[in-house]
Amino acid sequence: MDRPRGIGGVTVDAIIVGSGPGGSTVADILTAAGWSVVIFEKGRNHLIDLEHPYRLADDFSNDEIKFINRHFLGPDPFLEPRTFRTGPEDGDHSFVGDVNSIPSTVGGGGTHADGKVPRFREEDFGLLSTYGPQPGASVADWPLTYADLEPFYADVERRIGVTGDAAANPLAAWRSGPYPMPPGPSMYGAVLSTAAAETLGYHPYPAPGATNSVPYDGRPPCNNCGFCAFFGCPIHAKGDPVAMLQRALMTGNAEIRPETFVSRIRTDGHRATGVDFIGPDGVERSMDGRYVVVAGGAVETPRLLLLSGFDHPLIGRHLMVHFQTIAAGGFADLRFHAERGRAVTHLHDDALVPDDPSRKAAAQAGLPWMRGGIVEHGGTGLPILEAKLYRWGPTHKENMRRSPLRDRLWAFTMQGEDLPVATNRIDLDPTVRDVRGFPVARYTYKPHRHELAASAHHGPRMAAILEAMGAEWTSVVTSPGSVEGPGGRASVDAPMSRHVMGTVRMGEDPATSVADSIGRLHQLPNVVIADSSVFVTSSGYGPTLTLAALAARFATAMVS
Amino acid sequence: MPAWLTIEEYRTLTAVCERLIPADQTPGAAEAGVPDYIDGLLGAFSFDPPRIWAGGSFSGRHGGLPGFARFHRLTALDELAWRTRIEGSLGRPEREFNGVVVGLQERYREGLAALGPDFCHCGPDEQDLRLRSLAPFTQLVYDHSCEGMYGAPEYGGNRDAVAWSGIGFAGDVEPRGWTDHEVSEA
Ligand SMILES: Cc1cc2nc3c(=O)[nH]c(=O)nc-3n(C[C@H](O)[C@H](O)[C@H](O)COP(=O)(O)OP(=O)(O)OC[C@H]3O[C@@H](n4cnc5c(N)ncnc54)[C@H](O)[C@@H]3O)c2cc1C
Ligand code: SF4
Repeated sequence: MDRPRGIGGVTVDAIIVGSGPGGSTVADILTAAGWSVVIFEKGRNHLIDLEHPYRLADDFSNDEIKFINRHFLGPDPFLEPRTFRTGPEDGDHSFVGDVNSIPSTVGGGGTHADGKVPRFREEDFGLLSTYGPQPGASVADWPLTYADLEPFYADVERRIGVTGDAAANPLAAWRSGPYPMPPGPSMYGAVLSTAAAETLGYHPYPAPGATNSVPYDGRPPCNNCGFCAFFGCPIHAKGDPVAMLQRALMTGNAEIRPETFVSRIRTDGHRATGVDFIGPDGVERSMDGRYVVVAGGAVETPRLLLLSGFDHPLIGRHLMVHFQTIAAGGFADLRFHAERGRAVTHLHDDALVPDDPSRKAAAQAGLPWMRGGIVEHGGTGLPILEAKLYRWGPTHKENMRRSPLRDRLWAFTMQGEDLPVATNRIDLDPTVRDVRGFPVARYTYKPHRHELAASAHHGPRMAAILEAMGAEWTSVVTSPGSVEGPGGRASVDAPMSRHVMGTVRMGEDPATSVADSIGRLHQLPNVVIADSSVFVTSSGYGPTLTLAALAARFATAMVS
Repeated sequence: MPAWLTIEEYRTLTAVCERLIPADQTPGAAEAGVPDYIDGLLGAFSFDPPRIWAGGSFSGRHGGLPGFARFHRLTALDELAWRTRIEGSLGRPEREFNGVVVGLQERYREGLAALGPDFCHCGPDEQDLRLRSLAPFTQLVYDHSCEGMYGAPEYGGNRDAVAWSGIGFAGDVEPRGWTDHEVSEA
């Protein structure tokens, strides 16, 4: 095959694979230091006018069909499926299709997340030394501390533009300064649910948000349109990662190549020399780079390393996906109008800090310790999603008007800490291919006992808050849904949380980790992993700010 | 004229949609244009650009320049995905890299035929009986009916936003958005 090399024979300083929050942060820092950068993105561009990067695109809209039902931001599960199984007992796979995918588009998942971006707590970086091991899991300390990362947290909060109130969360880690912007308005339902949570002794606070509350960085404040999680922002009030990509492009040192899939990292045995890629014309080409930064997300990144033939035995292992526990409550006398405002305006972190009841529950479950995760206070404002939940026929419209499952519903979602387990992994599916002919990523995943016990403990506690709020009925569900029980193995769905981590674990020891403390592969030091793949443990906080802070640390190390 | 269905099929589909989401004090699926939403999806490629993704940023219903009616252009890969989903793989190797795909057109053609040529003229009980006996097809039409009913009017259903007003939902609200007061108060 014809393989022209380089852009006009030039070797770029860094090739970045993926334009999500991780890749964009790296691009911002490298281009500011004068490096030449090419960002490869397999998805389409709906974000920025690439010729005139001061202009943002006008492709996003408040359109449920386009964003929820028709995969506007990709990946299309026909073109790029993934597969799932709980273990080898399921055969090659038990499901083919959309396995909790995050958008594949310029901006990655940042474009459609609703952007709750809390920091981790200090002990999240030292779980083994703080709490000790867990049988059946590879609990370990990170090769860096909160104090090491704090300056980078502060840095990316400014780059993205993050809202928050530094005094509002007594359980938060220390910070060197205030948030760049004050919090936006509280949703009506959250006003009620935070009051109820406080009466029960919890500590709710305004979620740190990557959505402008005031004009910031040339972009307007959020105007609460409500089509937020799963949607691109029509007025570009979400800073992550638009702000970084735009800045990188404006330096003139960066180029974004959308609709271009990186299929292999080329090496000379000691170092990476560049990548092979397939652009919109379907032709495979290659490009040389001094560095290759991989920021494809915690599923596509290990897939690319495996497609490249890298053979560290831990690549893809220790996949972690937050275990979701959802407590929903129905309220006959309230209408929450959750379609007004960002998807979630408040959180509480209490389930992350062991207390006497949770210690007792852990002991009863035979676990040395257990932790839950952040609890999101939220409702739902999407009528198509709601309509499909009701039965068809003469009752349909009456249900839609009364709206027990949308306008009269309030819910808590806990993003529970998922322990790292070596058998939970991403590898290449033996038979299923993407449209370009490459093996797709396969999940092999089942939750550890810890997640089930923590969910069983915290689910009823969340339901109790809804009852204190006046709920007529409450119900608790989890994702993955059904799991091994005394009656045998029931079917386990793929986890729904879009918080995916692990798979290219970092550490000091090449025998127990794949990347080092500044993101470089132990085996190929000019390959830098800049996404949540490197997480050692999952904490129970959304991963995005932490992965951006790590990307900032890694990029800063590259240029210094 | 329907974009893809025959007149007969369109008539049966209209009866099906109306049975799934019947009118009461506000219009049901038939009056809201849900059959046009479904026919518009099945015939998406008879338009240029194909009617898959409505444009941005605003509809014009709450200010701003109306852009929804300008549908997005598709890339070659987008077209491959949507043609395969709608038309099926039809034995073409580039559509069958993971096996045969049965398209929506075929499912609708067969499903509507299986409901019988007299479906429109049956009583509600008989209609329900037939719909229940074809549960997977009925589920497909119901899912699409929910989309057509409560999605943006530019896709052919929810005519004049009648379904949104029927449930007190404002629909797309940019660039007006909601004021802080509207967000935080009852
Ligand atoms: C609805 C929703 C809500 C969310 N809310 C939150 C939240 O509140 N808080 C939070 O912390 N997180 C949230 N997330 C998760 C968040 O989106 C991700 O953590 C974040 O996007 C990960 O960033 P990333 O840069 O690592 O990867 P991604 O955002 O996944 O970006 C990776 C990009 O790389 C591209 N790519 C991958 N492989 C290749 C290749 N081989 N060649 C070329 N391109 C490639 C992909 O197309 C993609 O665009 C949410 C996600 C969703 C879907
Ligand atoms: S709620 Fe705010 S940030 Fe979210 S999409 Fe709407 S305007 Fe943008």
